[in-house]
This record gives sequence, structure tokens and C-alpha cells, in this order.
Amino acid sequence: MSAPDSAIRQTLADANLQLAIYSNTGRFKDNRVKAVAPDQLPEYQDLRTRAAAIKRHTLAFLDVYLLQLENAVNDNGGKVIWASTGEEAAEFIVKLAKDRQANLIVKSKSMTSEEIQLNERLAHNELEAVETDLGEYILQLAGQRPFHIVAPAIHMTRHDVADIFTEKLGVAHDTVIENQAMTARRVLREKFLTAGIGITGANFLLADSGAVVIVENEGNARLTHSAPKIHIAIAGIEKLIPRTRDLAVFLDLLGRSASGQTLTSYTSIVTGPRRKGELDGPEEFYLVLLDAGRTKLLADPDQRESLQCIRCGACLNACPVYRKIGGHNYPWVYSGPIGKVITPALQGKENNAWLPFASSLCGACGEVCPVKIDIPGLLIKLRKELVRSDPADRSAFRVWAWLMRRPVMYGLAGRIGRTLLRRMPLGFNFGPLAAWRSERDFPAAPSKSFRDCWKERKK
Amino acid sequence: MARSVAIFVTCIVDQLFPKAGLAMVDVLERLGFEVEFRSAQTCCAQPAFNSGYQDEARAVALHFIDTFADAETIVVPSGSCTSMITHHYADLFAGDSKTMERVNALTPRVFEFSQFLLGQPNLDSLAARFPHKVTYHDSCHALRELGLKDAPRRLLGLVKDLELVEMEAAEECCGFGGTFSVKFAQISGAMARTKVDSILQTGASHVVSLDSSCLMQLRGALSRGGHKVETLHLAEVLASRG
Repeated sequence: MSAPDSAIRQTLADANLQLAIYSNTGRFKDNRVKAVAPDQLPEYQDLRTRAAAIKRHTLAFLDVYLLQLENAVNDNGGKVIWASTGEEAAEFIVKLAKDRQANLIVKSKSMTSEEIQLNERLAHNELEAVETDLGEYILQLAGQRPFHIVAPAIHMTRHDVADIFTEKLGVAHDTVIENQAMTARRVLREKFLTAGIGITGANFLLADSGAVVIVENEGNARLTHSAPKIHIAIAGIEKLIPRTRDLAVFLDLLGRSASGQTLTSYTSIVTGPRRKGELDGPEEFYLVLLDAGRTKLLADPDQRESLQCIRCGACLNACPVYRKIGGHNYPWVYSGPIGKVITPALQGKENNAWLPFASSLCGACGEVCPVKIDIPGLLIKLRKELVRSDPADRSAFRVWAWLMRRPVMYGLAGRIGRTLLRRMPLGFNFGPLAAWRSERDFPAAPSKSFRDCWKERKK
Repeated sequence: MARSVAIFVTCIVDQLFPKAGLAMVDVLERLGFEVEFRSAQTCCAQPAFNSGYQDEARAVALHFIDTFADAETIVVPSGSCTSMITHHYADLFAGDSKTMERVNALTPRVFEFSQFLLGQPNLDSLAARFPHKVTYHDSCHALRELGLKDAPRRLLGLVKDLELVEMEAAEECCGFGGTFSVKFAQISGAMARTKVDSILQTGASHVVSLDSSCLMQLRGALSRGGHKVETLHLAEVLASRG
């Protein structure tokens, strides 16, 4: 599959959208820089090193820690559901909802649920799932998928939201953000109080305590896992960290990397259902652990590093390509640099072949990654696999390599090329040269190369 | 006796921006070096490496290693090409211990131009003068792989009558990215225009960088936009006597 050129062109031509993407990601990006600056967090680089080491260790012993997690969840009175596919995960949830006669489900923000199109699957079974994160709620009403991993409606203005609310909720047109939040709050309160099931994601899973850690800013996730009688948390198997004491390292990094916050407004550490004598909390707790390609990725030594990702979205905000094309031009729910790496890994390389090439390899993503994923390096490795299926390109590079080992021929080829460019400055307008000129001018070719000048100098 | 340095002028400087190479020679000679140009040199292999053609990249990298194996010091007017050699030859030849031995022997002697210059004791003798308002573009690999943030700025600080104005998006990619610039021309072009906007906001008459590839991109976008700002390699500024 090739890049969606015309959709990208549309995004690039939409001045309002461009401004929204660039300024919103820019704000996150600048806030991150300030939050991890040496005067704020002198141990930042050490934390990154430590977080990366913990993640690498966890992935190396994932089989051991996953079983430890399951035992801990059982001990807490919950139950682990192993789902090898999104379909299996949805099947379990549908069956449970039918069984408990819970037709209304509230959800807090979860990229894992987006990944397996959980809402659509639930809707197919006549179950209503309502997103309760404000951004996600807006998108659900608009029928869109998240534009950004942590800030799903980053591309929308308050005017867009006013339009959507008026159309879908029948409320008066109101562009005041506070009023919009109050509208959503009014609708969602009702849902929280009547829903039979609350579905959350998980930012971290703690193997030693069986706890699910959820970070958020709106308090909706806390209501989602505490108000309904049943709490289902859904998470990819890579969300695991071994010990509760390791959590501090990640909490120090996650909020800062995502939005420049020292800590998000709410951090919930949920250890299963309500226990005897406790006043609140759900009666039942299920942890759905999703594979959906992750074990296959774990078996790939070239690419497994991407499983270290904690979904902070810092690489999106730093990425000059994301900041131009935005989130919806990526083929899957994970956009930006990390999306370029995990989409081919989890959704197939050949049908996402353009993605790893859509990068200038500027390295900004790797620089900001809190768990030190070498995203540019992973992109190059993906390219290495993908070029096998492009014989014309391969031949061109073979000729190039032949030439580059023959200095005299190289010099001659250069001279011919420059002469042609000089004789016909606007000629040869096809292939790479035409592509270049479609956006910018090509420099005038000099009559003499450096080596020509050097020869004359030495005479 | 003058100390000798070998220069690797990179294919893009050789073919399209010889002035940058000549300026580098001029600067090095002014500092008392005897400059050697090995005519067998061609390319560092980065285009193939970045595009995923490891075998082709290895062949060309070996040609580079053969060409410069016995050079004492190699100076390169490009952060990107320098980083290819000093950082990514190790990726290319991982597992090939015989070649890695040669790579490890070679890479400590390869320097990006500003990196090399900053270690010189007699920079005053450059006597550069450039009476213009200048803004500096951090090329990605010089900045993120070689860590060159201060070096080029300190060198610009030595130039008489030069006013350095920082642009807001100094660290943002210009959008070149090798084959990316033609495979994804519209994204690349949009990135360049954002960079151009940031350059224009400074009111500078010149934009300076360590990499001719970035400069080619910026120059192309500046000229397409009808802007008068000129692009210069750092060596050209340091070689200038105003």
C-alpha cells in the first residue's frame, strides 16, 4: 500500500488544521523540554536509562512476570483473561455484558481498545459503549478515530466542538470551552451512574502486586473503574513492569514526556475488586491481557525494542512529519514515529510498506523517547527488509554503489550530470528531479566539481 | 613542518557545492595545516545505508575505509556524513570483527569540520570578518548524533562584525532527509517552508549550517518562495574576510 498522497495534500493545504497541529504539538513539545530540563529534573537522563533497562529486562522475562501478575490478580480476587486477538478480547467482554445484563458500558481512554476497535465490536452486539475522556467523547460523537496518542482531539478547535455538540446532542451552539466541558459532564455523569461495566486501559501493570496503574487528568478514569459494578481493564502484555517500586521511575517520566506535567492530575493504582469491609469499588474485576501480534514482535530481535513504549506521545510532538501530516494520515490508530514502527510490526510490513520511508531520519523522536527506543534505527532496519520487494530501486542503488567504488567513473558521471543540468537547467524534469522541483528549486550546477578545482589548484 | 590533514569533501559538496569545500581548505590552511585531498574518495555510503541497502552501503563504506585507512586526521564538512562514519559504520559491520577492527581504528580520527576546528589553539589567526546578520540551522545529525550545538555557534562568535540571531525552530529538521526529499516531496517541502518562515522571522540575510544537503533544501525553498536570504556553509563564513 502506498502513502495516501491526496489525503496528505489536503491536510497540508488546510491552514486551520496546520495551525492547530503545529501549535498544539508545539506547546506539548516546549512543556516537555522545560519539565525535563536540568534545573527541573537533574536525574532525567539517568531515569531514561533506568526505565529503558527495566523495560528491556521485563521483556526478556515476560513469560515469568506475566504468570506472576496473573497469580497476584487472582490473589486480589480478580481474574486474568488471555486474549490472543482483539476478537477474543471483545468476545469475552460481550459475553460478560450479556451475562450480567449490562447494556451500557462506560470507557476511559485506552489506545489498546482503539487498536482492537472495541467500540465497533460492542456496537455490533447491541452494547452501548460511551467514551468518557472529553477528547475521546468528542471524537466518538464525530465518528473519528484519535488524532494523537495522548491528546486525541488535538486537531479540533472549540468551534468544531460546538458544531458537533449541537448536531449530536441537540444543545445550543456554544463555543465557550468551559460550557462545552459542562455539557459533556452532564451527559457523562448520567452514564457513569447507570453503566453496568467500566472499561479502562492501563498505563502500567505491576507484576508483584497485580495492580493496574492508570494516569489521567479528568477524573473520568477513576469514575470508570469505581462507579460501575464491574471493572474491566484491557492492556497489551508489554505494559508490565516487575515491581511496584519501579513505578516511580515511570511516573517521573510519563507525565513530563507527554505534556510537561510533573505528574498527571490523577494516578490510580487499582488492585482488583472491593474487599470485605471496603465501602466502594467494583464487585468484579477482570484484566484482559492482549497479545494481538506482540509475542511475534517479541520474537523479532530487530524490532522488539518498540515494545518498550509507554505511549507518552512525546515522539509525535517532536516529529516534524507528524506535525505536518497529523494523525489521521497514518494507516492505524498509532500515529507518529512510534506508529511507523509498531504498525508494520503488528499489522504487517508489506501492506504498510510506505510508513518506514516517510521519515527524514532527523532523530527528534529518539531524542525525546523516555524509554530510549531508537526509532530512527528501527526505521532503517524496517527499510532494510522492505527494499527487498522493490527491484527497480535496488538496481539503481547497485549502479550507484558500483560507481562510488570507481572514483574516475564517479567523477565522469558527475561531470556529465552537471553539464546536462547546465545546458538544460529546466530539462530532465522527471523522476527524482521533477519531484524535487515540485516543491523547491534545484541549485544551479557548478561547472567544476571540487576535485576539478583541486586539480587546477595543484598545477 | 606543517601538520597534515586529509579532507573528505563528501559527494554533495564535491559535485554541487565546491565552494564550501574550497572554503574549508582555505580555513584549514590559514590555521597552518597542510591539506591533502585523496582523489580516490567518493561517498560515505549514507544514501544506501539510510535507504535500507546494507550490502551496497557496506561496499561503499569499505571503499571509504580503504581510501582513508592510513590518514592521520580526516576532516569532513558535514555532520551527517561524519556521523555516518563515526556512528553507523559500526551498525553496518556489526559481527564482522575484522572490518570492525579497521572501523574502530579509523573513526576516532574522523572529525566534522567545526568539531575539529574548535580543538585548535590558534583560531584567532583566522581573522574572519562577515558583516551580516546570520542565523544558524542545526542540522539534525550534527546536533543529535554528534552533539554539536555550541561548537558552530562559538566559531560564528569569533567572526568579526557578524551578528548571530537565533531562530525559533533552529533545531527542527529542514525536511531534506535524503531520498525522503523526493519520495515524500510534498511533506519535505512543507517542512522546508516551516523552517523558511522561522528563518525569515529573524530578519537574517544569511542562514548558515554545517551540512550542504540541508542548505540545498533551504536554498531551494527560499528561492522558490522568492526570498533573498542566502545560504552558506560555516566554512564559507569562516573563510570570509568581509
